[in-house]
Amino acid sequence: MSDLRVRYGEVEAVRGVSFTARAGEVTTVLGPNGAGKTSTIEVCEGFRPAAAGSVRVLGLDPAASQRELSRRMGVMLQEGGVYPAARVAETIRQYCTLYGRGADPAVLLAAVGLEALANRTWKRLSGGEKQRLSLALALAARPDVAFLDEPTSGVDLNGRDAIRSIVAGLAAEGCAVVLATHELAEAERLAHRVVIIDGGQVVADGSLAELRRGHDEIRFRSSPDLDVRALGRATGMQASRVGPDEYVIDAPPMPRLMAQLTGWLADNGHPIDEIRGGGERLEDVFRRLTRAGAGAGGGAEAVTPSGAAAEAEPGSSRRRRRR
Amino acid sequence: MTELVAQLRVEITTMIRNGEQLLLTLGIPVLLLVFFTSVDILPTGGGEPIDFLAPGVLALATMSSAMVGLGIATGFERNYLVLKRLGATPLGRGRLLAAKIVAVMAVELVQLAVLVPIAVALGWRPGGASWPQAVAGILVGTAAFAGIGLILAGRLRGEINLAAQNGLYIVLLLLGGMIVPLAELPSVLRGLAYVLPSAALADVLRSSFGGEAVRAGASWVTLAVWAVGAPAAAARLFRWW
Repeated sequence: MSDLRVRYGEVEAVRGVSFTARAGEVTTVLGPNGAGKTSTIEVCEGFRPAAAGSVRVLGLDPAASQRELSRRMGVMLQEGGVYPAARVAETIRQYCTLYGRGADPAVLLAAVGLEALANRTWKRLSGGEKQRLSLALALAARPDVAFLDEPTSGVDLNGRDAIRSIVAGLAAEGCAVVLATHELAEAERLAHRVVIIDGGQVVADGSLAELRRGHDEIRFRSSPDLDVRALGRATGMQASRVGPDEYVIDAPPMPRLMAQLTGWLADNGHPIDEIRGGGERLEDVFRRLTRAGAGAGGGAEAVTPSGAAAEAEPGSSRRRRRR
Repeated sequence: MTELVAQLRVEITTMIRNGEQLLLTLGIPVLLLVFFTSVDILPTGGGEPIDFLAPGVLALATMSSAMVGLGIATGFERNYLVLKRLGATPLGRGRLLAAKIVAVMAVELVQLAVLVPIAVALGWRPGGASWPQAVAGILVGTAAFAGIGLILAGRLRGEINLAAQNGLYIVLLLLGGMIVPLAELPSVLRGLAYVLPSAALADVLRSSFGGEAVRAGASWVTLAVWAVGAPAAAARLFRWW
């Protein structure tokens, strides 16, 4: 996909998005609500025309060759897609026949854990059960490429595990999986590659390791009255308060620094409730790169090694320090 | 072909499960036929009420299944994104429409199989009936009503479409010469009724079954215009999701 643009009347919802999803990988398209994820996916599925740019799925133009593409493409809509009176097993059978790729309805039914609900109608399924049925319909294509829009939305913990396992298996079989979500935990668990879209534009594209590179940190919880200025001076590193009792030091978790930190906490009578060091969490990468960061974080205070404090816009303190 | 059969199975199953559809396609026509034959209140002149009613009710049954039944079901399928999801399968729009048309025709066959024996039991003796002409009329009428139903289904949201289809059904029933003879309508309404597909189909069927047609030749033309124009407009206006 190169320089994709999608317009709704005068509004340009997607503004020059480019990325590549590879076979055998899960590419997660992340972004806040309204970022342009679904519009981007719908162009790939052939549902929506591109205003400009070039999109190729399995080498085909989805707008011109949707019929041909549909034989090898699994699709999971964000919601709906099944007639309310339709039963689970018969719907899976219908889609297996429509795709004609030899998928076994009984195997799919078992794979998504809906055997016990085979005769239940769509309207009587819970949100999570509906998502699992929708995923089964995507799998009925035995797809070479799969577009899954918010597959775990409204799904309980066990259902999520089942869906993650299926999606991972799909990629392991060589399918190019494109998964749109705003749930960071899904991306963190499943993604080989993460594309972050914000305001209709790609703000980050790479593996999780690449996105986190250069953003090592030590994150810990301690007493709410900890003096971050003093901590910054003691460690010689930038320290910030990112929550009522949560703190971050912008540095790799080297043993000497960890010793300095724990020593300073001990000397000043502060506890350590949790501590972790290493790459930045995807949540923080996401906040740093998208507008969702604004308004989150609850008023962070950043302190440089010299001890100069800067009043920070909520959630944006780390962006200021790093950029 | 396999895809078409798979989709046809779903269309028919969905239709059978929908009780309101059965009421509309069979219940109301049977009720009107039996009631107005038994209670002689229709101004049908000197002829037997059943001779006037039977072709009119067959026209009504065609309108019920081809316009209202198809239109409401398709409207909800659009609303529930069923059409969108099917659009991402190899089924294709052509086969989806073919499955829907065959399903409507299957319902019409059932309607004929139920309504004709009831009408005969009530004393209907279609003299000099031309069944091929009647079947042709029903097929052309099906195209016309399906086109109208799909125009509404393709543009209006679920509940609004439901209300519009039912409202139009009542208007076309009352002004369609199906139950109430066109001669009884005020002249302004009668002029309007002549250009409606419901009146045209009722007239065509009445002439096919040897009854008194109002303007059979002109009705064929009216019906044919609707049969071409409405599906063409539906194809142009239809939004799949």
